Amino acid sequence: MSMPNLRVRLFGIACLAIAIALPFYVSTYYTQFFAKALIMGMLAMSLNLVVGHGGLVSLCHAAFFGLAGYVLALLSPRYDAASLLTTLPVAILCSGTAALLIGALVLRTRGVYFIMVTLAFGEMLFFFFHDTKFAGGSDGISINIRPEIAVAGRQLLDLDKTMTFYFVVLGFLVGVIALLTMVVRSPFGRALAAARDNERRARSLGFPIFRLRLTAFTLSGALAGLAGYLAAAQFGFVAPQMLGWHQSATILVMVLIGGLRSVTGPLVGALVLIGMEEVLKAHLDNWKLVEGLIIIGIVILLPNGVRQIWSMVFGASPQRAAEIKPAAAEARHA
Amino acid sequence: MDFITLGVQLLNAVQYGAVLFLVASGLTLVFGILGVINLAHGAFYMLGAYLAYWITLMTGSFVVALLGGVLVAFVVGILLETVFVRLLYGRDHLAQVLLSFGLILVIDEIRQVLFGKDVHAVAPPAWLSGSIQLTDNLSYPVYRLAICVFCLMAALAIFFVIARTKIGMIVRAGSENREMARVLGIKFDRVNRYVFAAGIALAALGGILIAPISTVFPGMGDGMLILSFVVVVLGGIGSVGGAAVGALLIGLTDTFGKVFFPSVSSILIYVLMAVVLLWRPSGILGRQDA
Repeated sequence: MSMPNLRVRLFGIACLAIAIALPFYVSTYYTQFFAKALIMGMLAMSLNLVVGHGGLVSLCHAAFFGLAGYVLALLSPRYDAASLLTTLPVAILCSGTAALLIGALVLRTRGVYFIMVTLAFGEMLFFFFHDTKFAGGSDGISINIRPEIAVAGRQLLDLDKTMTFYFVVLGFLVGVIALLTMVVRSPFGRALAAARDNERRARSLGFPIFRLRLTAFTLSGALAGLAGYLAAAQFGFVAPQMLGWHQSATILVMVLIGGLRSVTGPLVGALVLIGMEEVLKAHLDNWKLVEGLIIIGIVILLPNGVRQIWSMVFGASPQRAAEIKPAAAEARHA
Repeated sequence: MDFITLGVQLLNAVQYGAVLFLVASGLTLVFGILGVINLAHGAFYMLGAYLAYWITLMTGSFVVALLGGVLVAFVVGILLETVFVRLLYGRDHLAQVLLSFGLILVIDEIRQVLFGKDVHAVAPPAWLSGSIQLTDNLSYPVYRLAICVFCLMAALAIFFVIARTKIGMIVRAGSENREMARVLGIKFDRVNRYVFAAGIALAALGGILIAPISTVFPGMGDGMLILSFVVVVLGGIGSVGGAAVGALLIGLTDTFGKVFFPSVSSILIYVLMAVVLLWRPSGILGRQDA
């Protein structure tokens, strides 16, 4: 992956400018909607570290997302606001630890096993929250009061204001993009990609593959925790469905739509998918049927995501498309 | 716990494991031969149960439902292979996962349109609806015994087909070394189609058989999909024998887990899976070269 050229950088700055200007021009409903979409984009980007850069198709990502939401719900006092500055690190730590433990087991497997085992462990967490009473069982729990950002009793930001919340989400999002870009370009990220493209060769070069992948899996789970915390704070409600594997698969769809080889691609994918769902829901009763068919169509027609349309319009180098090939061959091998 | 109660639980475990085996063997066959991971497998289990409900309602005969449901599933399987699944051969796992996820959404909505989302019960056929009196206050339903026998016969038939017939030979050759089998003149286009359809039919068969002893509800496919995956991971993917071992292990763990450790029973099978992963990452009967 080459350094971003000027055009890409300008494009990024333009997008950020639009994102900052957006809440001043749209209604509160759409500010909320975009905050939700950006949170899902954050979630999809975190998954892509494992799927796109690590070459591992994980189906338990929603479990780490939902777990952090439950941590917030359980830590929130009933009639008082939880402090974001203390509960957010705890939530991220819980998701990261869960990812570390599950990762240590599932990364012993390859290929299709990995998919099945991640699915199974994700469902284990789902059933844990679904079947046990302390977290509200299948009904879930509501978070009555949004967490607050306060230092020594003085409130710094009022998260109850839709616009403030949106900007906090946007701030975290920019942070996550910066972090992931740094990780992907670091020697660690390159070693991870090497293991994806040719595991045997990377191993013979002396890369500690298991440790690399476990680190990526843990980091990805922790970032999913950040997204889950924000989502729970926004909706004021957590339910087991948040951890379910349909959610995991939906995030994977976002990753595929956005394209696997870039940091921000999945963010685009999330915006496309959530936007599409919004339109379908408004117009159709059986919108899931159409969504399913669209997903099937995307898988068949656009294996490299909307980037394929993108590159036709923006004229990206054909070399980019060629980069996708080795992953398919590797996956087939397993 | 006395001897008879233990025996009843053992029967339950075997019956549960037997149905699991039918569904999971379909999944493992499809992966072994086609190299395609099909997340929509559970959806066909659910569809089978709804077909059993609907056909029984229409014709009043569970046997017709059994035959009809399997036939419908087989035909649907052939159609799906022809239209969608064939596009997945040679594609990466991500494409397979997402295409079958799309299929789940489509199948769920079609079920919604055709049958609604209500929970239903299906009556077993009259001649199997009695129960055997074991002691004064303990009886065992004949239908559950019939499932055991039926699944055992089906399992034997599957093993016979795979081990002793020409079709089975092609299937084994295909999972062992596909290129070589192709060079020897085997046309996998047709084999793929029928294996996929058979796999789907097995999932539906499981759903049909389970319908009279459980309720028919929209989310039933999800649970079964996860369980089949655990079975396949335990036994080793592509191995029908492994599926049998895995299914029996799950049946025993789940049933006796509910009896002896009711509070943690839902987690037990995952603990079992974790142990097997640590011990043999490619499954109990899987090839250990991965």
